Amino acid sequence: MGKFLDKILERFRIYRIPGYYEKYDHKWTMVIDLDKCNGCGACVIACNAENNVPVVGKEECGNKRTLNWIRIERYVEGEYPNVKVKFIPIMCQHCSKAPCETACPVYATYHNQDGLNVQVYNRCVGTFTCATYCPYDVRRFNWFTYGKKDLLKSNGASATSFEPPLDQQLNPDVTVREMGVMEKCTFCIQRIRAAKDRAKDENRSIRDGEVQPACVQSCPTGAMTFGDLNDPDSKVFKLAKNPRKYKLLEELNADPSVIYLKRVMKDDSSAAHEE
Amino acid sequence: MTHQQHMKSDISYKEVNEDVVRTMTKSGAGYYIALFLSMAGVVFLWLLPWAYQIYTGQGVTGLQTPVFWGIYLTNFIFWIGISHSGTLLSAILFITQTPWRRSIYRSAEAMTFFSVLTAAIFVFVHMGRPWNFYWTMPYPNQRQIWLNFQSPLMFDVFAISTYMTASMMFLYFGSIPDLAAVRDRVTGWRKELYGALSLGWRGTDAEWHWLNKAYTFFAVLIIPLAVSVHSIVSWDFALSKVPGLNKTIFAPYFVVGAIYSGSAGIVTLMVILRKTLKIEKYITTNHFDKLGMLLLVMSLLWSYINILEVFTGWYADTSFENEALKYRMFTPPYAYMFWLMIFTNTFMPLLLIFRKIRASIIISLIISLGINVGMWIERYLIITTSLPRKFLPYMWHDYSPSLTEISMTIGSFSFFITLFLLFIKLWPSVSIYEVKEDIGIPMKKEGH
Repeated sequence: MGKFLDKILERFRIYRIPGYYEKYDHKWTMVIDLDKCNGCGACVIACNAENNVPVVGKEECGNKRTLNWIRIERYVEGEYPNVKVKFIPIMCQHCSKAPCETACPVYATYHNQDGLNVQVYNRCVGTFTCATYCPYDVRRFNWFTYGKKDLLKSNGASATSFEPPLDQQLNPDVTVREMGVMEKCTFCIQRIRAAKDRAKDENRSIRDGEVQPACVQSCPTGAMTFGDLNDPDSKVFKLAKNPRKYKLLEELNADPSVIYLKRVMKDDSSAAHEE
Repeated sequence: MTHQQHMKSDISYKEVNEDVVRTMTKSGAGYYIALFLSMAGVVFLWLLPWAYQIYTGQGVTGLQTPVFWGIYLTNFIFWIGISHSGTLLSAILFITQTPWRRSIYRSAEAMTFFSVLTAAIFVFVHMGRPWNFYWTMPYPNQRQIWLNFQSPLMFDVFAISTYMTASMMFLYFGSIPDLAAVRDRVTGWRKELYGALSLGWRGTDAEWHWLNKAYTFFAVLIIPLAVSVHSIVSWDFALSKVPGLNKTIFAPYFVVGAIYSGSAGIVTLMVILRKTLKIEKYITTNHFDKLGMLLLVMSLLWSYINILEVFTGWYADTSFENEALKYRMFTPPYAYMFWLMIFTNTFMPLLLIFRKIRASIIISLIISLGINVGMWIERYLIITTSLPRKFLPYMWHDYSPSLTEISMTIGSFSFFITLFLLFIKLWPSVSIYEVKEDIGIPMKKEGH
């Protein structure tokens, strides 16, 4: 009887976990050391440049319609002079059990063999469900086609992206999205693809540190580390064992691929003790 | 079985035929004015704003990052809810052989069909790229794409299209003998239209036999279908992780709410129909008495589930749950809406305990309108008080609908009214043959 129940449980688990969990080729993981992060925002700008993320202007920002794939969340605790300011960079957490993936009716978002949560822009029909289901609010929607100036002007948006000559700076490896499409952080999948191709040509596996998303590459303090968690020699594998590690909203059981290392503050005696 | 009379027994069969055909062929200036106004409403309040939205992008709405669902989804659920009583009630009352069903069921079923249609269109209105809607349909194609059957939205596509088809066929099957009756009494283009629609009905024993079989089959099929449809609609929300949406009680809550708002919709509609079509002798205060009882029961059920929802949330005392409840119940403007909803949907229907109130058509109308306002608010609150308060406080942002969204909301009512106005002229809105069943056999009456 017990065996039978175990079998059912196993089936249930396979059904519930998108992607094939144990069978990933890679398990791309990002470790963000909040002790090192100074909140400069270089990652946000780097991401905008790498991924053709439109700049939407002041008014649309006020409407919470920014398209930045990564954001620095700031939280201020306490009253002056005992003020604690905390910040945390948040991008798509690439959950292994992503709530967004079960929501999409047309498979525009799914789990690929690298353990990434990917978004196919051309498949998206814009039901908004993935963004609604996302507990981290990291999905971004193209409310307009941001290249068309006249349309934006009539809707009060003050700036447009990609009007000439700015279209010359677009990254040719990344799609420019049209209106009505959901988008989000991809862990710079174009760089992962390129590295995989290179490794295949040279008949080897990807070296640790060979792939660096734009945000990791641009981080001046080296707070962000990217790598393959399946590789026991990788930097992220070692960092993931750090006692300060935690995952954002872990209790929701979405199993994110981004690991944060807690920032230890002076009067935070409990955390210092843990260290 | 004691035969309870719901209409005056001095109506003759001939009178029934003539009355119903009169509602279809004779229309005054008022009808054309109403039709013109509602059609203008559809064009200017719905189609043009929608075209503008499709051309410009979803940015013309008030939606933003945490609140990706707004008034469109509210309307979608509202109209699905309105659709829930007509066919379901008709089917249940048919199976239980309740005589007072007979003169109201036809227009109630039409209400179902039209409101499902309105709801279905809101799915497209709400989509970012509605021109790609066919990607959600399962059919073999060369694009190498297939559907995600795990998605609650996919369940929706199937549930709603099945429900729409089934309720349309239920409406049509029940109308065949009447379409034939109309065919025999009209001339010109109407004759040809109803000749085709009545499928050559002659009224033989075999035809009645098969009609009854088919009708019973659909009546039985539709009851579980209706329950499943609104459960599935509730799962669009309940299968998420969002506090305030992820509730185990949502499926029954939505089903009850749907039947509640649908029944109130029937009451409103019947009051208007009997007055404008002058068919007071077929839809009597007796019908309102019965519908009032139904509303009272549904109101109590709805209130019970509402109390449970708040109580368990408050008792669990988790921070996300607390925040959602506080935001919904005590933060203006949502607090005003919440307590207005409690007033119209919990306290006002309690008046229906009194027989006098149930028999009063004006008060029934006011209560039923109040209920539907409250039910619309309920759906609005579910969406707009949960999504702005998701997990990460940095992203909290309030939602307010834009003019485009409000205009399309009003436009959807115009659309529904237009369809209904066309229906009452093109379709026998009171069931001729079943009203006759209720009147009794005229031969016997002559003996009195």
